[in-house]
Amino acid sequence: MSLGPYASFIVTSYAAAALVVVILIFWIVLDHRNQTRRLRELDRSGITRRSGRGAMDAS
Amino acid sequence: MTLIDLANPTRFLALTARLLPWLAAATVILLAIGLYQSALAPDDYQQGATVKIMFIHVPNAWLSMFVWGVMSIASLGTLVWRHPLADVAAKAAAPIGASFTFLALLTGSLWGRPMWGTYWEWDARLTSVLILFLMYLGLMALWRAVDDPSRAARAAAVLTLVGAINLPIIKFSVDWWNTLHQPASVMRMGGSTLDKSFLIPLLVMAIAFTLLFVTLHLAAMRNEILRRRVRSLQMMQASRVAFSSAGPREGSASNEVGAA
Repeated sequence: MSLGPYASFIVTSYAAAALVVVILIFWIVLDHRNQTRRLRELDRSGITRRSGRGAMDAS
Repeated sequence: MTLIDLANPTRFLALTARLLPWLAAATVILLAIGLYQSALAPDDYQQGATVKIMFIHVPNAWLSMFVWGVMSIASLGTLVWRHPLADVAAKAAAPIGASFTFLALLTGSLWGRPMWGTYWEWDARLTSVLILFLMYLGLMALWRAVDDPSRAARAAAVLTLVGAINLPIIKFSVDWWNTLHQPASVMRMGGSTLDKSFLIPLLVMAIAFTLLFVTLHLAAMRNEILRRRVRSLQMMQASRVAFSSAGPREGSASNEVGAA
């Protein structure tokens, strides 16, 4: 597959798209870990939801 | 399972926990097929191999508008039906929509330089998409500026609905004004002008990116629900600490309130 004289523009476009998507995925995964860790800490300190369920229910 | 059932965040979390692995797998498979087809697509007789940029530029451009459309429907859900997950959906979609819009602008610019001889031109299509990107950033800033999520939700919903006026402007800008950007070639009256060898990979990539958005959006919504649980539990913890440290004085205060 030859990309011709403008290969750098094509490769940069695909690389930028891949980078942004990877950053989005990492941000969402790290955010999930952060929130579940904070909920676990609150659970351990005895703070529970009014429904009586653990904060981590169904998460 | 109805929309009313999904109004319960706990049920939403349970459902999406089962759904997300399947959505992620479907996204990866479709993206792989789309990228393979894009690599095999022939060169355009005028543009050469740079036509390959279209396979990521166009899906991102479509999604930049689609995500704002989703946020507009969610905003109606906040203002009219007061659906408990509506503002969660709107807030979670904004950074993802901003990313797609950024990619549409960047890849469009990288496509424009070899084809038009310039990275940027203040024409109606490019400028209206830039305004959309700035509106995404403004909306994200608004969500961060207001502490109480329910107060922020209403302000953000109004701003989102006002901003939706930009969507038809973006779509029809190439017809209403004389622009450097080409007119619509896929979604147009009379059918697509694209050859099948370009159209099929483009549609596969568009579906793959849409699935990517759905997957990321559901995952971000789950995070937002958890964030709100953390916030409410921390407030409960803070009020308990305040109550216990106030001691007997608090007791007399509550008696006074009771007497009043």
